[in-house]
Amino acid sequence: MTTIRINGIDRKVDGDPQMPLLWAIRDILGLTGTKFGCGIGACGACTVHMDDQAVRSCITPLSAAEGHEIVTIEGLSPDGTHPVQRAWQTSNVPQCGYCQPGQIMQAAALLKETPKPNDQQIVDAMSGNICRCGTYQRIRAAIKSVAEST
Amino acid sequence: MTKIVNLSRRDVLTGSLAAGGLVLGLYVGFRKLPVAEAATAEAATFEPNVYLTIDGTGLVTIVAHRSEMGTGIKTGLPMVLADELEADWTRVKIVQAHGDPKYGDQNTDGSRSMRQFYQPMREAGAAARQMLETAAAHVWGVNAEECRARDHTIVHVPTGRQLPFGDAARAAATLEIPSTDHMELGFKPANERRYVGKPIPIVDLHDIVQGKAIYGIDVVLPGMKHASIERCPVYGGKAVSFDATETLKVPGVEQVVEIPATPIPSGFYPLGGIAVIASNTWSAQQGRQKLKITWDFGPNASHDSNTYRTQLEATAQQPGQVVRREGDVDAALASAKQRMTADYFVPHYAHAPMEVPNAVANVTAERCDIWAPTQFPQASRTTAAEVLGLPIEQVTVNVTLLGGGFGRKSKPDYVAEAALLSRQVHAPVKVTWTREDEIQHDYYHAICAQHLEAGLEADGRVSGWLHRTVFPPIEATFQPDVTYGSAGELQQGVTDMPYAIASVRCENGPAANHVRIGWYRSVYNVPHAFAVCSFADELAHAARMDPVEYLRQLLGEPRKLDFDAMHVDYPNYGASLDMYPVDTGRLRGVLDLVVSNSDWGRPLPARQGRGVAVHRSFLTYVAAIVHVVVGDDGQVAIPRVDIALDCGLIVNPDRVRAQFEGAVIMGISNTLYSNITIKQGRIEQTNFSDYLVARTDITPDTRVYFVESSAPPGGVGEPGVPPIAPAICNAVFAATGKRIRALPIDPAQLKSA
Repeated sequence: MTTIRINGIDRKVDGDPQMPLLWAIRDILGLTGTKFGCGIGACGACTVHMDDQAVRSCITPLSAAEGHEIVTIEGLSPDGTHPVQRAWQTSNVPQCGYCQPGQIMQAAALLKETPKPNDQQIVDAMSGNICRCGTYQRIRAAIKSVAEST
Repeated sequence: MTKIVNLSRRDVLTGSLAAGGLVLGLYVGFRKLPVAEAATAEAATFEPNVYLTIDGTGLVTIVAHRSEMGTGIKTGLPMVLADELEADWTRVKIVQAHGDPKYGDQNTDGSRSMRQFYQPMREAGAAARQMLETAAAHVWGVNAEECRARDHTIVHVPTGRQLPFGDAARAAATLEIPSTDHMELGFKPANERRYVGKPIPIVDLHDIVQGKAIYGIDVVLPGMKHASIERCPVYGGKAVSFDATETLKVPGVEQVVEIPATPIPSGFYPLGGIAVIASNTWSAQQGRQKLKITWDFGPNASHDSNTYRTQLEATAQQPGQVVRREGDVDAALASAKQRMTADYFVPHYAHAPMEVPNAVANVTAERCDIWAPTQFPQASRTTAAEVLGLPIEQVTVNVTLLGGGFGRKSKPDYVAEAALLSRQVHAPVKVTWTREDEIQHDYYHAICAQHLEAGLEADGRVSGWLHRTVFPPIEATFQPDVTYGSAGELQQGVTDMPYAIASVRCENGPAANHVRIGWYRSVYNVPHAFAVCSFADELAHAARMDPVEYLRQLLGEPRKLDFDAMHVDYPNYGASLDMYPVDTGRLRGVLDLVVSNSDWGRPLPARQGRGVAVHRSFLTYVAAIVHVVVGDDGQVAIPRVDIALDCGLIVNPDRVRAQFEGAVIMGISNTLYSNITIKQGRIEQTNFSDYLVARTDITPDTRVYFVESSAPPGGVGEPGVPPIAPAICNAVFAATGKRIRALPIDPAQLKSA
């Protein structure tokens, strides 16, 4: 049994400590906002925060999450009003929307660490997140709009 | 609640409703309620057709029957209906339809949702509006012609009296109103449209940004098991035997089940394999890695895509079946001042939607309930019913949101897998493909080799055009021994080549099939536009003319292609040529629009260039100008893309813009990165580590321009992709003088000397 603190609540997880955090979050804790995309940390769909850092939950063992503060898309804000979530709506970023929780978590971590990123910092931070629909232009605009409004 | 449903199913409506010649799922009918039922009519729901209900509170519920995979269609079609209904969008609820033929065609592919259902949605809205007006007139004892729907209310125009939609709906539900069979439908004038033409946000936006939107992979049923399936690495192979001893020792693994292989061509049916059933996805995947399977790899075990490419290229040098013929090409080529030839190649691609194929099925003794991200709900239903041997009425397909589709989720093999496994383990089962499964067992975009020749005269005019294309046809996935393309495949950039050239011959050579081939966004337009639009650019440079000016000359005077004169069987994407002719004037229009908005002609530094391409597909006209910067290392950067389109009437301009922004990115993936290769029958790529797609670093400043038009709506999802690859490669030529004739671009070719 592993205890992880997720979205501010301690949750007990009965699973293999080597199980990737992604599957523990989705299949055992029932939080499905965090998405499976590749399983090798190559697409960013599974991005969550661990102590405010963006991590790929598909390659983070459950055991490595113990003792850390995990935040998923469901815990980013109570009602979708985090500045990044707002900007995503203002810019009408999503197409299919599947990768967007991962994109939003990645962008939120970037803006927490670097509130006013330049273009290159945005590209560097966001290049690990694939959007097959091709919403990159709007993602970048949304991140900039947050940076400019704070 | 008493539901007033259509009690007698009528034939497809005749008269004004069928004016578009479309097959409608729409039927409208009323009856007068018996007294006993009318007493409960307080809560009655007015259901004038299969797409619409209005309850006594005024809540308008619109059924979205096409699948939402990112185009915005779940929002777009209801916008059309709500607009004609005069409904208040904030009081509209949208529900996703099950797979059911009563809705009409639900196969969400071919960029045809708006094209096929714009008019039925208008009619559904207009008919319901007129019924509500009639009901209000009855309540007030006035003439219906004095009543007008306005913003969720019926207004009696002479007196200003108002009746809210909910009250009108209750009245409508209890009255006998003439059916719309005999109703002259009136449509709102364009200047009174409330939603059509406006950038309405997609209905799932708020859920998506909170992680609350439910895709197939997010569906959870009580007692549900998780399955991961090991499939034969070679198409057409099957398991001879397997040993699951070690698998069954993995914590969480419950059982191991075989899905029998489908003989090839396997069509929509499962490939077969060994399925590990577990309490969670991870355990299923772990257990799967410990399976020991002996495979019979079958007839494709020696298939090699490099060898195959060589064969296709050789076939393209030989005469093929003639699919378009005008004038005397051989004479024109023989007498031309200069004879140009070029060969082009496009590889297989995998779809790689971010959400992998997955489905949940719950099969009981009586029935099968499915939840799936499917582009093709009706085929998912029929396929599941077939593999289970159940009557179709006992199968329900609930359609979730799709995390991307691009054609992959038109094929319901993964739905059938879940159904078979659920029946076998007597529990609800979710099948989740891994990314490796998705890349290695896809229905691939067809590999394609092409040979082009043109006769160039002294004034730059083209006197003859020969185009040969060779590719494995999609039909080969469904029928054995199909080696030639269909008219529907050859129309995609071959038989509809739009340039004004006196002598033209198009040919198609045979190609045997060794993997599953399937529709992939823009389909055969991808290779054909690449070849045709690249070759036009080659001719422009050979004629020493500006490529834009040269394209204008090639397009010639505006005209509608006469396919009879060209001896072409032209399906026109299933649309009528009267309504949707191939109009070169509209190609010229998008070319002029994109040129006037771009920096075409403005000088650029060394190793930078611009390229242009124009192409019609899915009834929509597109022109693109791409600006590239080629590094000394041969890497291509794309600072800007200008893209203009004429898709006729635009329902949701923001979503159309988004589709073209996305099409540019997918076009870049096809051109610079993606490549599926095969050795010993096995796909060599595994995941996003080696099957590369565009990321944010390559993203250009994309600018999208619309031709204002009230022409009937054309396609939006796919037409943006085809011109991107040739425009990029034409720009690379302008930048470096190196002509790219095979995709994806190999940067080694473009290194500075």
